[in-house]
Amino acid sequence: MQELVNIFVKSIFVENMIFAYFLGMCSYLAVSKTVKTAVGLGAAVIFVMGITVPVNYLLENFVLKEGALSWLGADFANVDLSFLSFILFIAVIASMVQLVEMIVEKFAPALYGALGIFLPLIAVNCSILGGSLFMQERNYATISEATVYGLGSGVGWFLAIVAIAAIREKIRYSNVPAPLRGLGITFIVTGLMGLAFMAFMGIKL
Amino acid sequence: MAEVTEAVEKQKKQSEPLFSKKNRMLISDPLNDSNPITVQVLGICSALAITVKLYPALVMSISVLFVMAVGNVVISLLRNLIPNRIRIIVQLVVVASLVILVDQVLKAYAYDVSKELSVFVGLIITNCIIMGRFEAFALANGPWKSFLDGLGNAFGYAWILLAVAFFRELLGSGQLFGLQVIPQSWYLDSGGVYANNGLMLLPPMALITVGIIIWVQRARNTKLIED
Repeated sequence: MQELVNIFVKSIFVENMIFAYFLGMCSYLAVSKTVKTAVGLGAAVIFVMGITVPVNYLLENFVLKEGALSWLGADFANVDLSFLSFILFIAVIASMVQLVEMIVEKFAPALYGALGIFLPLIAVNCSILGGSLFMQERNYATISEATVYGLGSGVGWFLAIVAIAAIREKIRYSNVPAPLRGLGITFIVTGLMGLAFMAFMGIKL
Repeated sequence: MAEVTEAVEKQKKQSEPLFSKKNRMLISDPLNDSNPITVQVLGICSALAITVKLYPALVMSISVLFVMAVGNVVISLLRNLIPNRIRIIVQLVVVASLVILVDQVLKAYAYDVSKELSVFVGLIITNCIIMGRFEAFALANGPWKSFLDGLGNAFGYAWILLAVAFFRELLGSGQLFGLQVIPQSWYLDSGGVYANNGLMLLPPMALITVGIIIWVQRARNTKLIED
C-alpha cells in the first residue's frame, strides 16, 4: 500500500509530465487560454491515462515482452515482440479514446458536451503515449502499480494545465512586452513554474 | 468542354517546374514565418526534453526529418484512398511504422544516443508536427509538394532544436558536440573566473530559452506578434 502511495505522489510532483518531461506540451499550450476548458481537458487526460496505462501494461506483460508469450506453449517462450510496442500502444490509445468518447457520449451527454472537441485530440497527446512508454521502461511489478502511475501522471498533468490557465487569465491584464505576448510569456512562465516544481526533486520516496 | 479544361489544367500542373517559387516557399516559410515550434506551436514536447546536448538534438532532428518527409509522401499518395472517418488511425499507423524503423536503426548503429533519447524516439509518433502536417497539408496536396513541405517543417523544427541545444550545451557544460570550447584555464578550479551555469542543464531552462528565441524572433518579425 505504501508503495502505491509513493508512486502516486512521485508521479504527480517529482516526475510531473509537464515540468519534468515536457510531455503533452502541445495541448498544454494550445488549450490553456481559460480555466474552464483546461479543467475539461485535464479531466479527460486523467480518465484516458487511468485506462490506457493498465491496458498497455497487460499487453506488455502478456504479449510483447521477451518470453511473455510463454502462456501459449513452450514454442512461444523465446518470442520477443517488443519492437511492435509503439504501434500496439498507439493503436490501444487511439481505440480507447474512441471507446471512451462513445461511452461518455452515451452515458454522460453533459460531460461529452463539455469535453467534445478535446476527446479526439487526446489520442495524439504525447503525455498519454509517454505514460505507457515510461511504464514499459520502468517495469512496474504489478498492474495496480501501473494503474496508480497512470492516474498520478494524469493528475499531475491536470494540475499543471489548470495552473497555467489561471495564470494566463490574469496575465492578460498585465503589460507584457509586445513580442512576448501570448506564446512567449507562456513559455517563460512555464519555465518558472518548472523551477518551482523542482523543489520536489530531492524528495526520496 | 470540362474535360478539355481539366486536361489543360493537368498539363499546366505538370509543366510547373520542380523548384518553382511556390515550391521554394514551402521550404523557406516554415523556417521563419510559419515555424512549427515558435508560430504553429507544434511538436514542443520532444523539442525541449532532448536539448541538453547538441548531438542527441541533431540525431532527433534527423529522425524527425526522415519520418516527416517519408510520412508526408506516403499519406499524400494514400490521400484519395483513406476514408475520412478513420484517417487518424491510418496516419498513426504510418507514423508508427516509420518510427519503428528509425528506432531499430538507432538501436543498431547509435546505441548510446538511442539510450539517451529513450522514450522520445517513440514519442515522435505523437509529435504534433507530424500529425499536424498530415492533416493540414499532405491530405490535400500531391506527393512532391508534400515532400517539400515535410522537409521545410522538419528544418524549421531542427533549427530551433539545434539553437536551444547550442546555448544549453555551451552555457551549461562549456562544450559543443561534447568537445570542450571554453578553455580549461578559465575555470575557477584552475585559477580562472569562469564557471558553468548548471541551471542551463535543468529542464525548465529549455522552456525559457525557447521563450527568449520567440521574443527575439517576434521582435524582428513584427507581423507575428499576438495581441
